[in-house]
This record gives sequence, structure tokens and C-alpha cells, in this order.
Amino acid sequence: MGMVGMYMGLLQVEYLTPVVGLGHPSLWIVSVIFGIAMGTLIGAFQGVLIAFLNIPSFIVTLGGLLVWRGAAFLVAGGRTIAPMDETFALLGGGSFGALGETGSWIFAVIACAFVVWAFVNGRKSRQKHGFALRPVWAETFVIGLICTVIIGATAIVNSYIWPKGNIEKYYASIGQELPECAKDNDTIYQGVCASFGHGFAYPVLIMIAVAIAMTILMTRTRFGRYVFAIGGNPEAAALSGINTRAMTVKIFALMGGLAGVAAIIGAARQNSATNAMGQLDELYVIAAAVVGGTSLAGGVGTIYGAIIGALILTSLQTGMVLIGFGDGSYQRIVIGVALVLAVWLDIVYRKRIK
Amino acid sequence: MVDRTGTPLVELRDISIAFGGIKAVDHVTVDLFPGEVVGLLGHNGAGKSTLIKCLSGAYQKDSGQILINGEEVEINDPRDARALNIETIYQTLALADNLDAASNLFLGRELVGKMGFVDESAMEAETRKIMGRLNPNFRKFNVPVNMLSGGQRQSVAIARAVYFNAKILIMDEPTAALGPHETQMVSELIQELKAQGIGIFLIEHDIHNVMKLCDRASVMKNGQLVGTVDVDKVTDEDILGMIILGKKPALAA
Repeated sequence: MGMVGMYMGLLQVEYLTPVVGLGHPSLWIVSVIFGIAMGTLIGAFQGVLIAFLNIPSFIVTLGGLLVWRGAAFLVAGGRTIAPMDETFALLGGGSFGALGETGSWIFAVIACAFVVWAFVNGRKSRQKHGFALRPVWAETFVIGLICTVIIGATAIVNSYIWPKGNIEKYYASIGQELPECAKDNDTIYQGVCASFGHGFAYPVLIMIAVAIAMTILMTRTRFGRYVFAIGGNPEAAALSGINTRAMTVKIFALMGGLAGVAAIIGAARQNSATNAMGQLDELYVIAAAVVGGTSLAGGVGTIYGAIIGALILTSLQTGMVLIGFGDGSYQRIVIGVALVLAVWLDIVYRKRIK
Repeated sequence: MVDRTGTPLVELRDISIAFGGIKAVDHVTVDLFPGEVVGLLGHNGAGKSTLIKCLSGAYQKDSGQILINGEEVEINDPRDARALNIETIYQTLALADNLDAASNLFLGRELVGKMGFVDESAMEAETRKIMGRLNPNFRKFNVPVNMLSGGQRQSVAIARAVYFNAKILIMDEPTAALGPHETQMVSELIQELKAQGIGIFLIEHDIHNVMKLCDRASVMKNGQLVGTVDVDKVTDEDILGMIILGKKPALAA
């Protein structure tokens, strides 16, 4: 379901945070909770319109898009609100908004342990019911492969060293003398200074956490199964005793809450809340989901697929920026063509396997 | 012979449903005893499916009473019907095409583990068990049901109705999409369920199946009940006459 329309309206939630008072330690917590709650409420409201008044979801989303955007403009009077609370801004990443080297390695080890645990657990469960098992060497190989990827990713994010300015800031904040190596860009990669790797940024961790939580929700709970069932055949779902109306409201509320999370990261990253923030993102979100194998007809799709789709689209975009290909207009053309191409390839592929 | 001296398992009394100005079901009364198969017959649009959907909870009756074991019940949605051990095999099968057999079988009634998470392995194991009984050739447990043949889909729908210890079974043209072998399988299943004391409403067009499987037949025409007859006491011509002409044969009481 493409209920990302209210994404932007939500972003403006952050406008309210400066009102509470500057630098207050509870500020970021309050604004995070408020942002998610606001998103959930707006989502639930739109869900009620769809479920109980039978207005098509596309229309409600489209209307919501206009209404909430307008409401945001109204609240802020069209101004850009900046800067954000310092702790809050960390959620957007940057040198300080990251795990750091040691933290990232700990994270990698935990992630690997989790992968092993998940595989062992799945195997046990299948064994209990006497289903066919994959050979041990195959499972071990897959576990090894995933762990290698995790460790590789950690090594890469750790190899990004803090910029000089941020190292200076850090030493100033703990009141110590700046080490010799950090004073020069050439030596900054050596010894003590090299331990200022970025590691995993907080937004990435948030994404991983959300992805895992959503995957569990979608595949391991009744709620998730009903989402797929309703997507596949709403009538059958209703006849199976699923309360499809309540489900619609819940799904839209969930979408709203997630849009709230996106808004938090977006505002924190830019360290400001602007009216234009997130504009067109609702369409990119749909594009990412579709490229990732989600069916617009409903009932098919995965969380990791959508993430891969988003990675492909953003990689394309930043890649073009980095190699200096064209200007904004060319980049949009390429993305648009890539979207249509990806879906066409998917259709061809699906026909083949049938 | 079915014992019809006790309390009926199901009584639909004086049921009416109208859609707009059209009376789809017009003051119809039918009943069903334990271990009995009652055929519901009539033209397309005669109101059979609509009547039965009141019992399965898909539609709400405008007036009339539903009694289960002599007690009046309110069935407002499919959950109420399921709670009363009423299971339905819909003509459309009502399967979620994108999900596999196990997910469909347990749809709305998933098995959950201690943590509240859905226990997929347990569900698949149970599905293998029941499918092994109903359709031993069924092997495709891990593909979405839209990859299955009509007969296989049908057996998933039947398995879903049978698995949860139904007391009352509604079958809306269960053999419509099936080949001769599978039809035979369904017939045997109906006999078996009957022997277990389950009451079955069977909507069926094939008059030979009706003569073979049903104890009584209730015929509807234009939303009204033409009459209910003992299948043993009438010929198939009599029943056809009821369906086409709406005339009750003289000999049937």
C-alpha cells in the first residue's frame, strides 16, 4: 500500500520541537515520540476514511498529501526551522551520529551470532516436524557468506575516517590536546588518528532495526499474514473471519508511524525542517518497493526487497552525482527509465519461470 | 436413513434478504439434521448461495431466525459462524491465491507458538497430515495456491473446512471444477462426514450427484422455496420439474 503521502506533512511535526525549549535533554525524546505518534494518528485517520467510508485508498492518500503539506506550510508560516536539538541531530548520522569503530565491531559480532542462532533455530524446528533438511555444509556456507558480508561492511564503514575538523572538535570537547597526527591531512590516517573511523551511522542502525522488526511482523505474526492475505484476496480474507476494516486502519497507522521515523531521520540529517523536505519522496518510495519486487496489485513483496530497491535507486542517483553525470534533470530521466526497465525485466523473468 | 425425530442441527426460519428492491431470498425455511445431506437446488440466481451466506456469515439476513440445536443464534460475520462450528466451502473457494496451502488452511486461525509468533512448521506439518488423508497425491506445499490445478485448490478449500471439526458444513458446488476422479473423492468424503454426524448443506447443479449424495432436496426459484422433498421418494424428473417449473410433485408430502 502506498500510504506515504502524509510523509511530508509529518515532517513538519518537527516544527513544534523548538517550542519546548532549547537544548533540553528530553527534547529529542519528546520530538521522536511525538513524530511517530503523529504519523500513526494521521495514518490511522486515513485508514478509517478508507475502511469505513469506502473511499478508495489512492484518493485518500492523494488528498492527504495535499492537505498535510498545506497544513505544514500553515504551521510554520512557510519558514525553515533550524537548527535542531543537538542530540536529535545525531539520529541523522554524521561523524558523531555513528557507532564508532569498536562499537561497530561489537555490532558485527552480535549480528553474526544472531544469524547463526536463526539458522540453528530454523533447522531445529524443521527437524522436529520431520521436513527435508538442507545439508549441513550448505547451511554452514550460507552462514559464512552472510557473516563475511557483515564483517566486510563493518570494515568498509570503519575505514571512513573522521574529517579533520571533527577530530579537532572532539578533542576540544574532552579538553585534551590534539594529537600531532591529526593536525595534518596526510598523517590523519596513521596510528591513533586512524581509530576515528565512522562505523555504522545511527540512521543505518535505525533502518536495520526497523527492517528486522518489520520482517518479523510481516512473516511471523498473524498481523503480517493477514496483510498478505488481504493483499491477495480481500474477499477471501474477510470470509476467513479476518476483520479487514480494523486491519486496514492498523496497516495505515503502521505506515504513518514508519513515515514518522523517516521524517525524524530526514529532519535530523538536514538539521532542519523545511517545507520542501521529502517532496517527491513518496514516489521514490513506491519506485523502490516496486524495483524490490513488491506487487502493486498486492499480496507480494518483502521488506529486504524494498530495501534493496531503495539501495539501487539511491546508488544510481548518488553515483550519477559523484561522476558528475548531467544535471538534476538527466538524473531524473535515468531514474525514471531504470524504474520502468526494472519492472519490465521482472515481468519477463516471471513469465520465464512459470 | 436419517433420524429426523430430534432437534434439527440447523433451522433457517422464514429468512428474507433483499438487495435494493430485489428479494433475493423471500421467506425461506429449511432445516438440517445431524448426519444429513440436504441439497439446495435451483436456477442460477434462485437465491441458494445468498441463503447459505446468511448461515456462513457473509451476508446478514433482513428478517427471520437462525437456530442451531434449537437455540436462536446471531451470525453477524464469518467469525460468528466459525465459532458455531459452521464451515463453508465457497463456490469461489475463497483462497488467498498468493499464499501457500498451509497459510490458506489456517487463515484467520493460525497456530501460534509460546511467543505469540506464527508457528509455520507446525502449520505445514498439520497441513501435510490432513492433505495426506484427503488428497494423497498433493505435494505442492510450498507454492502459492494460484500455481495449483483446480482440483488441488478445491482440496485445499475442503481441507480448510474439514480440519477444524465442523459440525455444520456448507458446500457451494464443491465438484464444479473437478475431474471425475476428484469428484468421486469428494463424494466419498461427504459419505464419511455424514457418518460422523456432520450436517451438510450441498449446493449442486448436477441432478445425478443430488440423487446420489443427498437425503433431502430443497428447491428454490426466484428467491422462494418451491419445496423440500425426500430424495428417495421422488424421481429426478420430479426434481427437475420443481427447478424448472417451480411445481411441487403431488406425491411428495
